[in-house]
Amino acid sequence: MDNYSIDPKAFVLGCSAIGAGLAMIAGIGPGIGQGFAAGKGAEAVGRQPEARGTITQTMLLGCAVAESTGIYGLVVALILLFGNPFIGQL
Amino acid sequence: MNLLLDKIPIIPGIVCYDTAAPQEEGFDFTVHMYGKVELFGQTFGIGRTLVTTWFFMIVLTILALILRAGLKKYTDKPTGGQNVVEMIVEAMNDFTVSNMGEKYSYFGKWFFGIFSFILISNLSGLLGFRPPTADLCTTGAITVTTFFLIHFMGISKGKLGYFKGYIEPIPILLLINIISELATPISLSFRLFGNILGGMIIMTMIYSALGSIFQFFVPAFAHMYFDVFAGVLQTVIFCMLSQLFIKDKIPD
Repeated sequence: MDNYSIDPKAFVLGCSAIGAGLAMIAGIGPGIGQGFAAGKGAEAVGRQPEARGTITQTMLLGCAVAESTGIYGLVVALILLFGNPFIGQL
Repeated sequence: MNLLLDKIPIIPGIVCYDTAAPQEEGFDFTVHMYGKVELFGQTFGIGRTLVTTWFFMIVLTILALILRAGLKKYTDKPTGGQNVVEMIVEAMNDFTVSNMGEKYSYFGKWFFGIFSFILISNLSGLLGFRPPTADLCTTGAITVTTFFLIHFMGISKGKLGYFKGYIEPIPILLLINIISELATPISLSFRLFGNILGGMIIMTMIYSALGSIFQFFVPAFAHMYFDVFAGVLQTVIFCMLSQLFIKDKIPD
């Protein structure tokens, strides 16, 4: 019987690692969004090369804001990996 | 309330407390606790963030005092160092005016302080410090001031219109409007915190993965992106979004 039992700590750690990996799926959204923004930015520069500075500035601002959802996923993953809150509840 | 207070250290997990983090050789990005201070019946830990924050606060204060002492010698025709100082101050004022309008250009002074502190914190990774902004406590504290500024300006300038804004377009949305107001500081602080923490962890991993000789020149390119580019960009974004949020609450 003992051969088949799982150490609860190992189980929680393994599940946390899987959870961290799943949390990083959030990276898809910002990837698509930023690619879209960069594409539109390139289009805008092609149409209006003299407004290049303003377009780049606006695009970087939009990209950084779009990035925040991905950053939330990253924070959740990092907390699961390095500051695991579930281990303390065993 | 007690339950909430128990949970708070868990949320910034890596941030406020040393937990079960791996302490391998050369792979260390937690906030060390140097000691504990008993104050008003509470125990406060003194970590790397606190020490670095105070160090940079002292550096910035001394720099400001030196520049202030030289202010008497400034003339109408700028020369030397006066050129640089005027350029920096004017750039920040223009930045504020472009976001908030001429009428609220006095916010430039407040955001200049925020800007210089966040910038020097983000760039401190280049000098081997643990950036203070890679700690939710620092970014959270800065964001709380922005949160109060948003609502103070909203109430003092908007009067009743500020409260009316919560039941627009229809009163049923009151709860959702309140949640969206509370989400503003959370998203602001997590954006800065997550970016800098992620960059710092990746830099630590690069350093621990590379051998002793390669550590001298290879990580420079990663430093360029994660510390300089992301650091400067996130500083600008933080100040710009704060200004836009404040402007949003002020009626025209």
